[in-house]
Amino acid sequence: MSATVAKSLDVRGLSCPLPIVRTAQAMRDLAPGELVEVLATDPGSVPDFEAWCRSTGNTLVERSEEGGVYRFLVRKG
Amino acid sequence: MTEPRTTEGGAPVPAGHDRLVIFAWSGDLDRVWPTLILATTAAAMGMRATVFFTFWGLFPLVRNDVRITGENWMQKMLSLMNRGGTEHLKLSKMNLAGAGPAMMRKLARDHKVASPTELLRLARDLGVRLVPCQMTMDLLGLRREDLVEGLDEPAGATTALLEAKDAITLLI
Repeated sequence: MSATVAKSLDVRGLSCPLPIVRTAQAMRDLAPGELVEVLATDPGSVPDFEAWCRSTGNTLVERSEEGGVYRFLVRKG
Repeated sequence: MTEPRTTEGGAPVPAGHDRLVIFAWSGDLDRVWPTLILATTAAAMGMRATVFFTFWGLFPLVRNDVRITGENWMQKMLSLMNRGGTEHLKLSKMNLAGAGPAMMRKLARDHKVASPTELLRLARDLGVRLVPCQMTMDLLGLRREDLVEGLDEPAGATTALLEAKDAITLLI
């Protein structure tokens, strides 16, 4: 499976609900199947991204954390 | 027979819990904030989100550069003591003559929490329907040109209740 990231989004430092809102805005420019990478520092964004993907039909392909920075890889549904 | 209801884009209105309707009755900072956070988040989740602004809830929609609203002295006095606009909201408790909101805004900036002004802009960008209550506008002397741009047409309780039917509804 190709894992080319179509768009990267840096929402580090931003608080709820901006990580999700900014991601939703960024997704508008993507075609279904394309990937967006999001970097966030809000710990609440971990459950929020999972819930958001469940409710929107997007897929959380990958989730990792390094030094307090969360990286989410989302495929547009 | 009624036509199936559709959104502006022609798509069917999502049923039941895919819709959020908030009745925004308060002009307090600590109520306007969660109202706008929930509305923008719902829109980001693909829900159809509507906020119906009534009574004190209308004042946050007043343009920040408009000082006095109203046609007669009572309405003008009201706006003098209750300045509208997202930049001039008060806290429902610990307002401390304006020191409370100032501290709250400083904390929000430090924690990069979006301000009500930014959230209102985001709400419009995400297609949240922002509906001012026509009756309260008349009662309080708020004209369409006193309010920010990008709002839906002012409407009444019937419109609000129809939209709220089977939706998640909140009174904030």
